[in-house]
Amino acid sequence: MKRIISGWNTFLSALREIFDETAYARFLKRAGVASSSSAYAAFRRELEEAKVRRPKCC
Amino acid sequence: MNKTLAILGWGAVAALGAMAVGVIALRRGEPINAMWLVVAASCCYALGYRFYSRFIATKILVLDGLRATPAERLENGRDYLVTNKWVVFGHHFAAIAGPGPLVGPVLAAQFGYLPGTMWVLAGAVFAGCVQDFVILLFSVRRDGKSLTEMAKDEIGRLGGFVAYAAVISILVILLAVCALIVVNALKSSPWGLFTIAMTMPIALLMGVYLRRIRPGKVLEVSALGFVLVLAAIWGGQYVSQNAALARVFTLSAPALAILIMAYGFAASALPVWLLLAPRDYLSTFVKLGTIGLLGVGIVALHPTLHMPALTRFVDGTGPVFAGKIFPFAFITIACGAISGFHSLISSGTTPKLIARETETRMVGYGAMMAESAVALMAIVAACVMKPGIYFAINSPAGIVGQAPAAAAATISSWGFPVTAADMQALAHSVGEQTLFNRTGGAPAFAVGMASIFSHSLGGETLMGLWYHFALMFEALFILTVLDAGTRVARFMVQDALAHVYKPLGRTSWYPSILATSALIVGAWGYFLWQGVKDPLGGINSLWPLFGIANQLLAIVALCVATTIIIKMHRAKYASVTLVPLAWLVSVTFTASWHKIFDADPRVGFLAQAKILAAGPASGATSRLIFNNRLDAAVTGILIVMVTLVLIESARQWWGILSGASEVRVKESPFVRTRLAEERG
Repeated sequence: MKRIISGWNTFLSALREIFDETAYARFLKRAGVASSSSAYAAFRRELEEAKVRRPKCC
Repeated sequence: MNKTLAILGWGAVAALGAMAVGVIALRRGEPINAMWLVVAASCCYALGYRFYSRFIATKILVLDGLRATPAERLENGRDYLVTNKWVVFGHHFAAIAGPGPLVGPVLAAQFGYLPGTMWVLAGAVFAGCVQDFVILLFSVRRDGKSLTEMAKDEIGRLGGFVAYAAVISILVILLAVCALIVVNALKSSPWGLFTIAMTMPIALLMGVYLRRIRPGKVLEVSALGFVLVLAAIWGGQYVSQNAALARVFTLSAPALAILIMAYGFAASALPVWLLLAPRDYLSTFVKLGTIGLLGVGIVALHPTLHMPALTRFVDGTGPVFAGKIFPFAFITIACGAISGFHSLISSGTTPKLIARETETRMVGYGAMMAESAVALMAIVAACVMKPGIYFAINSPAGIVGQAPAAAAATISSWGFPVTAADMQALAHSVGEQTLFNRTGGAPAFAVGMASIFSHSLGGETLMGLWYHFALMFEALFILTVLDAGTRVARFMVQDALAHVYKPLGRTSWYPSILATSALIVGAWGYFLWQGVKDPLGGINSLWPLFGIANQLLAIVALCVATTIIIKMHRAKYASVTLVPLAWLVSVTFTASWHKIFDADPRVGFLAQAKILAAGPASGATSRLIFNNRLDAAVTGILIVMVTLVLIESARQWWGILSGASEVRVKESPFVRTRLAEERG
């Protein structure tokens, strides 16, 4: 049971990383702000700077 | 005791794998079950991972769990970040899995299921997984440097320049091919076009939701977007049944091409948060879910493959694309076996997330095995169809004729019986007006996937929904590759132009954004237009060009890897990268030679230009002649560039092995990890 829960948590962590939710949480922690519309806008600006340069594979 | 059990267990896996491969390779004249492919693949991957990747990890790369990775040393909470290995695996797989492993195997199925299956299995285990693994590790040992930077450092400035030029060329050709696949899938398909069109307002809604209502809740909004997309697919059938609405959403190939170019330009030039980022999330959500669902569907239903092991088209006369099994099967399937493009991902984001060197094996080698499994699913989806149906969908009108009866008669005369009535019934069941001449691979994959799914859920009545779900899934993430690729190429061009005039490199300066976006969209748009107007369907010219370019990038990556292995004093093991390198050189150079000089006008660009030049002159003919000569020139330039990298690499290897050159591996210095102590 413990293994199943741990596997499920890892799966969720992978999804959160792929979908940038964890990156947003890190951003909030780093910037010391609470989640809000403006915080998310600032996060997107920072993310897009890095992300738009990454190619997606064929 | 444990050792004996392990030997017995692995011996059983090897025996089972050998038997499955034997059945796939030797069975003739009767259909086989798809489970043989699943068993063969599972055994090959298990053996490859357990033994071959371990050999590479311990004997050649000497992975060191005590060496701190850049994620630990340079951790900044943004790019560099110590991350759980399974999370990195998921992230890496999501980045490398694109439309290539789905489309390439479907096209190569014209040779039968055997060549594609063998190449996907052997190519992945001995070449693709190795490339991804070693490039990832070498990038980790160089603070996450990119392939172009490593090529410059290890081979020389020429290596760096060629890698850069190859990346730009591949991007341009890849984007054109992707756009052409979408055009061919959506032309004259009101249901399909409506569904894809609806993803735009759905993405806008998601963008607003993410920004204003629930900031940062991406998984939640992606699930919501997915439900809305399903509703759009369901609603699409009513659009196709309504005469007025169907007319609005029925577009010709040239009209769709223009719309896609406009979309590409907007995607490159406009801010991304509102439309593109939500679409990207939605596409990833659908992609991961559908790939998983397809895997489960194939195992649960274990369908029969109707395509023979080998077809008569191994002789090069195939209607889907022209060219013999060697070399064309091996450039048509790239991403499922080996793809140079993966080396960009392995030297991009992933190395900056790896917590320990030892995890590069699972992430690099393992994720490529998963990608190879996706390619195998595509082979199954293509081969479950009756061959006559497969060829009717994938053959261009220029080969089989425009009229259904004539096309069915031509295909039946090849020994693959099909009737116009069969095709009409199939088209009706999936809600299309016709399925003849739907080249590009996407519609064939969608029919195969719909047939697998509909056998378990909903039967014939849901065939249309499953087909359009599959079509939406492909078009959605192909368009995501298209918009992301256009932006990446724009940034690369801006970086290069900054050396000429500094303001051109400013990514926030609108004149530069518009000019470089137009340049990139113009470049791939030109090839797209060429494909749309090509009487042979476009895929015949563009897919091999893309395959050649992609495999040439793999040659550059393997040259870098071999050079580093030799510099690490592991020359006696260099065959691990040298053998795949030699194979790819023989494949790509032979394919390029054929594409440029082959006397068959369906294969050789110059032969086709010559035939056209001998015929009646017109504006359209002159354009076709110019396009063929341009394709020949592009292929030639790519080959010359990669030949220079090969010569430069060989010079380096000779210098090191003969003792004439000083050996300098440009790795970051060793720093002991703190994570080992923290983890006990």
